[in-house]
Amino acid sequence: MENLLARHRNVTILVVVLFAEIVGLAVQVKRTADTDSTRLIRVWTITAITPVERGFVAVQQGISNAWHNYFYLRGVRAQNRQLQDEIEQLRLQQVRLSEDAGQARRLQRLLGFKEQFIAKTLAAQVVGSSGSDMSRVVYIDKGEGDGVRQDMAVITANGVVGKILRVFPTSSQVLLINDPSSGVGVILEKSRLQGVIKGTPNGQVVLEKMMSDERVEPGDQLLTSGGDQIFPKGLPIGTVKSVSAGNDVFLKIRIKPAAELDQLEEVLVITQVVERQPTAEETQTSMRAVDILASRLPSVPEHTGMPATGIPLPVGMKPPSAIPKEIKNGKDVKPGTKPVVPGAAQTGIAPKPRPKPAQAQVTGDAVRIAPKAINGAFPGAGSKFAAPTGSTGTTGTVARKPRPPKPAAGATEAGIVKSKGQAAPVTDAAEPGGGAAGSRAPMPKTTVPAKPPASVEPNSPNSPSAEGPQP
Amino acid sequence: MNISYTSREQIEVHRFSLPAGILIPLVALFLQAFLPLRFHFFEIFDLPLLVTIFLAVSRRNPVTGLLTGSVIGLLQDSLTHQPIGIYGIAKTVVGYGASSLGVKLDVENSGSRFLLVYGFYMVHEVIYLVVARGMVGQNLAWRWGHMAFAAFANAALAVPLFMILDRFKQRG
Repeated sequence: MENLLARHRNVTILVVVLFAEIVGLAVQVKRTADTDSTRLIRVWTITAITPVERGFVAVQQGISNAWHNYFYLRGVRAQNRQLQDEIEQLRLQQVRLSEDAGQARRLQRLLGFKEQFIAKTLAAQVVGSSGSDMSRVVYIDKGEGDGVRQDMAVITANGVVGKILRVFPTSSQVLLINDPSSGVGVILEKSRLQGVIKGTPNGQVVLEKMMSDERVEPGDQLLTSGGDQIFPKGLPIGTVKSVSAGNDVFLKIRIKPAAELDQLEEVLVITQVVERQPTAEETQTSMRAVDILASRLPSVPEHTGMPATGIPLPVGMKPPSAIPKEIKNGKDVKPGTKPVVPGAAQTGIAPKPRPKPAQAQVTGDAVRIAPKAINGAFPGAGSKFAAPTGSTGTTGTVARKPRPPKPAAGATEAGIVKSKGQAAPVTDAAEPGGGAAGSRAPMPKTTVPAKPPASVEPNSPNSPSAEGPQP
Repeated sequence: MNISYTSREQIEVHRFSLPAGILIPLVALFLQAFLPLRFHFFEIFDLPLLVTIFLAVSRRNPVTGLLTGSVIGLLQDSLTHQPIGIYGIAKTVVGYGASSLGVKLDVENSGSRFLLVYGFYMVHEVIYLVVARGMVGQNLAWRWGHMAFAAFANAALAVPLFMILDRFKQRG
């Protein structure tokens, strides 16, 4: 026997090593079902590699920043002009969205809904990956010491990235949504159908368990449903890329993730989600809808100031009395589009024709908002995602910080818009009863209506702009 | 008597200094974890596998080769979220096979290196998939086209990489 082993020493050692590895693997596979413990070798490897990766990332970013901030400034002026135009457009869109948000919150309060508020987020830098297409995970530079815990949701301004799978002292492992072992409960924004998205071995994302008789179309937006208890409801997760008949009774639906999973640099870890009902103050406040909306955006730092209503405002946001409100000759508004006056909807008063098409351009300077954050954070009236104050340490690419307040010349407390050359009536979307169900389709008890189309039809009775301010 | 396709004079056993023997696999692991973040196409390469093959064929010692493959594989496993040991098993077999073959074949020229890496990449992927599907229960698909392309890419990368790594060799 000894001779045999000595003669085949190499093969014997190979068999012994393989046997040991197989046993070790089998033990882990069995344990994974019970408690997913972290192997010591994993901690050592991550602890050894992450600091080096972090150093490389820092150096790379330093060089990149120096180049882009001081040398490569070609086209910046044109881009700045384009962004200014975009801001103006988004401000108008913001007013429309705030109308829906206000209405949804009132109804939620009436129905006793509890909202999920993202109370705290933590900005983190992506420093590494698994390096394998069999395991779609990335590593971030925040760990246990920074308050990161297992199963916390990880997002960007664009949408959901994944969840925290393992936490190490100074880093964390994030399981991306395109990994085959991940799964996220989603809801289709338009049809409100629910399903589960999963990753595939080749890194794609598919929507599963959707019956073939359901109507799903390419371009449909998907939001988190909140049913998985990890991702707060209403976070944008992706868009339907293609729909085809599957092998069985289910559709084969491919999803384009909203977040750029292949180009992750900075992410936000949702460290605290609070569940509560909208309070009476929130629905009856005289704050502008825009303010409410802005206060829920991610990354707006904490603010100590209290407006007249008693509701704290985020840093950089002016109290309603300090916000300039006027309409200029806006170029971004279609002729016939009127400023939003939600309060008129409840009265059932038919919209009166205006002497001139309102060419509105809201110039209120409350908060600078990352455009993606608007679209992402408030995908529709049904969204319960809200990110209020307290977000910590967000970076420029995720969301922008508010501009410092300017002195508000000629601002009035009453409303947000003035018509061309004269003051407009109060247009506070958060006013109780404003824009209530009278002018909108009744909502089922457990759902809220999807957001209206972005382009508002002039003089439509259901349009928020239909009840525009009278000259 | 062992049949060799090369004369004994052609077979040189090399060794590596301790820092090189430790740092080369670690750098490969680091680059494998870091580069795909910036260059997504890099995900198709498997630097730890290339280093395993290089060290194994250079040392020409099956025991050293399988142990090197085992350690590198386990470290690579620890970067993933899967149970530790899948890459370990695959690279153990590759390390053993590469070092055994290195004893019998001339693996110093570029053509043989290309073919060697191509073949061992396929072996590695097959073992990985068998273990992942059979033992861990992962739902991995056999993507033969992708596998063949990845093997080609890795073999193409291996030729210049091995030339660079040749500088760290010391005559044994």
